[in-house]
Amino acid sequence: MNPPMRGPLTGRTRRDVFRLAGYSAAGLALAACGVQGQKVTPPKTDAVQDFWAKQTRNGEVVFANWPEYMPGDKGPLERFKKDTGIAYEYKEVIQENAEFFGKADPVLRAGQSLGYDIVVMTNGVQLQHMLQLGYAVPLDHTRLPNFQANAGQKFKERSYDPGNTFTIPYASGVTGIAYNTDHVKEEITSIEALFDPRYKGRIGMMNDAQEIGNFGMFAVGVDPEKSTEADWKKAGEKLKAQRDAGLVRKYYDQGYIDAVSKGDVWVTMAWSGDVFQRQLAGEPVAFVVPEEGGTIWTDNMLIPKGAANPLDALMLMDYLYQPAVAAELDEFIQFVTPVPAVRDLFRERAKKAEGKDKKALNAMIDSPLMFPSEADYAKLRTYTTLTTQQEQVFNPIFQSITQA
Amino acid sequence: MRSGERGRLGDRVLHAYTWLVIVWLSAPIAVMILFGFNDKQSKSNTSWQGFTLRWYAELFEISDLTLALRNSLVIALVSTVITVVLGTMLGLALGRHRFRGKGVTNFLVFAAISTPELVMGASLLSLFVSGNVPRDANTIIVSHVLFSLSFVVVTVRARIVTLDPSLEEAARDLGATTWGTFRQVTLPSIMPAVMAGAMLSFALSVDDYVVTSFVNGSTVTFPLWIVGAVKTGIPPQVNVMGTLIFGIGVLIAVANAVVARRRA
Amino acid sequence: MRRLTPYLLALPSWMWLAIFLVVPMVAMASVSLQTGNAYDGYAMTFSFSTYGEALGRYSTQLLRSLLYGGLATVAMLLIGYPVAYWIAFRGGNRKSMYLFLLLLPFFVSFVLRTISWNFLLADNGMLFGTLKDWGLVPEGFHVLATTLAVVGGLTYNFLPFMILPIYVALERVDPRVVEAAQDLYATRAGAFRWVVLPLSLPGVFAGVLMTFVPATADPVNAQILGGTGNTMIGNNIQTEYLVNLNYPTAAALSFTLMAVLLVGIFAYARALGTENVLEAAAR
Repeated sequence: MNPPMRGPLTGRTRRDVFRLAGYSAAGLALAACGVQGQKVTPPKTDAVQDFWAKQTRNGEVVFANWPEYMPGDKGPLERFKKDTGIAYEYKEVIQENAEFFGKADPVLRAGQSLGYDIVVMTNGVQLQHMLQLGYAVPLDHTRLPNFQANAGQKFKERSYDPGNTFTIPYASGVTGIAYNTDHVKEEITSIEALFDPRYKGRIGMMNDAQEIGNFGMFAVGVDPEKSTEADWKKAGEKLKAQRDAGLVRKYYDQGYIDAVSKGDVWVTMAWSGDVFQRQLAGEPVAFVVPEEGGTIWTDNMLIPKGAANPLDALMLMDYLYQPAVAAELDEFIQFVTPVPAVRDLFRERAKKAEGKDKKALNAMIDSPLMFPSEADYAKLRTYTTLTTQQEQVFNPIFQSITQA
Repeated sequence: MRSGERGRLGDRVLHAYTWLVIVWLSAPIAVMILFGFNDKQSKSNTSWQGFTLRWYAELFEISDLTLALRNSLVIALVSTVITVVLGTMLGLALGRHRFRGKGVTNFLVFAAISTPELVMGASLLSLFVSGNVPRDANTIIVSHVLFSLSFVVVTVRARIVTLDPSLEEAARDLGATTWGTFRQVTLPSIMPAVMAGAMLSFALSVDDYVVTSFVNGSTVTFPLWIVGAVKTGIPPQVNVMGTLIFGIGVLIAVANAVVARRRA
Repeated sequence: MRRLTPYLLALPSWMWLAIFLVVPMVAMASVSLQTGNAYDGYAMTFSFSTYGEALGRYSTQLLRSLLYGGLATVAMLLIGYPVAYWIAFRGGNRKSMYLFLLLLPFFVSFVLRTISWNFLLADNGMLFGTLKDWGLVPEGFHVLATTLAVVGGLTYNFLPFMILPIYVALERVDPRVVEAAQDLYATRAGAFRWVVLPLSLPGVFAGVLMTFVPATADPVNAQILGGTGNTMIGNNIQTEYLVNLNYPTAAALSFTLMAVLLVGIFAYARALGTENVLEAAAR
């Protein structure tokens, strides 16, 4: 059932063109009848067990991931291949969650396969859609021994996927506040810094409804995981006032990190991984999880519906939770790893290492941006999990601020 | 006489001005080239940390990036050739002939330009999905031809309407075949427009992100890979590849000018 | 045979446009009239009210986009025309070289170009940092995250699409005709106004078409270079489609945008008399 391997360019034959022409009529017919619904009920345990009981090892797995999210020599995957005999195909095909979901939705809706056995998506609105639309295969936890043994507690309790039914983490990060230490001479600890008139026009907020919504809620003293519609509105008002007062320079996507490290903005919502890289480069940025709370985001592995090799995929997902493998991965990615034991492995290696390597390892071990402290973890929350109806209330509240 | 001097002065000002515009358009390229030599110490390649040639030596170390660049160049070349042939033909039809359906064709050409990229990408994807057409380099080429086509048509037509049709009539009166007339008379006179259209569609294709991100399946192009890498930090090899594309382009441009001078 | 020629010439493009543009457009039109959501499915209800609602919610952004697109187009015309003029009449045997150099920056990724612009234009970066050190601009001055940056970005990114068609039309004009006209009208301005400009109009029309339309629909420049209050309609379409999965609204917004643009183009063509020019020459 593996999709045929295609070179980048196989000639388009005349027959293909005719086939296209014929099918486009079918496309019309489909559009006229409307788009089918995809309502799902939670998976039944028996059905899940049945599904997994039927699966066999196929000796291959196709892993779809983001660029630069795996060491160049594919070390962890090579080891997996050596240990298990399962061949891998690794594809750097995911650029953004929104585009990826936009592309996957019609394919999965039509009951076709994406051609991938594992995909990596950030928790957020698109992952929620994936799960709610039944696009992910429920995982068999009896086959995830390394995950059970080695994953940190915070990575087993995630409100958007309780009990890790469909996903397990690949790498994580924290959304907090970054500030430019050339311009901000105080130590920032509170989320109120984002609402401080002294920084008028020098404040950066995030464009994403979930991210900014969360910070709005922290600012009004609400835990987003337990928030209600009334809380969202209150948070919305706070953020609206912030905008109307001219405090916000821009609602950013990824560009905030350049802006804060160059001093275009002084205080901004930020992702920990970006800030860590800028600190290594010697740029004047500091990061803090505000005392009112910060968000932990996670890139998650999941098996999309229609995957050809689910068992091999599950084995690989679990394999990445062996501490040695996780360490190799995290040394390259430099985000927060879901396997806390990695830090000890880094310490052992740092003892033996010398010069540049030792310095690099120590920088990672000591950074709260790669290994958040217990106190930081206690402040971290995940996103609000929304139903369809709630989403239709939640999104407009915050989008009317960021996208006006 | 005075008008002639003023004319020469005006020409010189315009000459300098043209170079100024070229420099302005190329300004970001200078930064890109510079950071291809940056001896960066972390994943972010944004602040200058010393000179190195390392990234040139390790240019093809990231195999997925190399493949993405190759895909982009091949796709851009193939789709440019198809677009130029189709677009020139349609441009000729619209600029030279009266025929039924001309109004509708004009409308479609404008509509293709005015379709937001996202809508074009999304609707092409649902077409391919409902037709069970596998998404790969071929579907990317088909889509790139679609959005570049109008640009070639419009450019070629802008040329044709300035031409005098009597020249072609004369050629035909002298007994030239339709094909002969086209090759000997029409094509040479529209050649600048065909070349301009080719350059535009190559630029459109090689730099497209939105439409490609829908119809690519698991084929990754250069812009796609870069957008994805923004998350963890764009490696300097990307800058080096950009530098090489730019450098080769400049060489071609200069060589072209030299050859043209010899011929003249 | 001669009578068949235009049809044979148009046929391949017709097929391409029919399959890959018309069919998806019809499908998209159908989606814009459906109601429902991604979970329960969408059903055709001929709900034209979606258009009204979408327009009501996003009229500000739509008007803003037309304004930005229009401003950028005017800027491109003013900046680009002299360049096209000089290359066409004085480029000699280096014409292709100049054109190629103008287009080369667009062969490398827009991501790299934008990162570089952000670097060059940072508030205290190479350009403004220096100007501020010299006291030439006030301390709080900035370009990034302003309307100027968005319009400037659009102008920058689409400029070659204005220059090339104007060049293509002008290059055809015989310099001797211009010289004769200069004798006739005695001034270069007169010759330009009465001879060169009319001959270049098809090129100007093509250039405006190829820049105004995509610039107005563009989401990238507003997203990367803009600030609070610079959102363009292209960004709203993206959010409705990719984030909210509100396919009917996204489709309705797109059609509204396309309709506005097409009406604008035809009105403009009429005002300019370009259609007459095209028709006259086609005879």
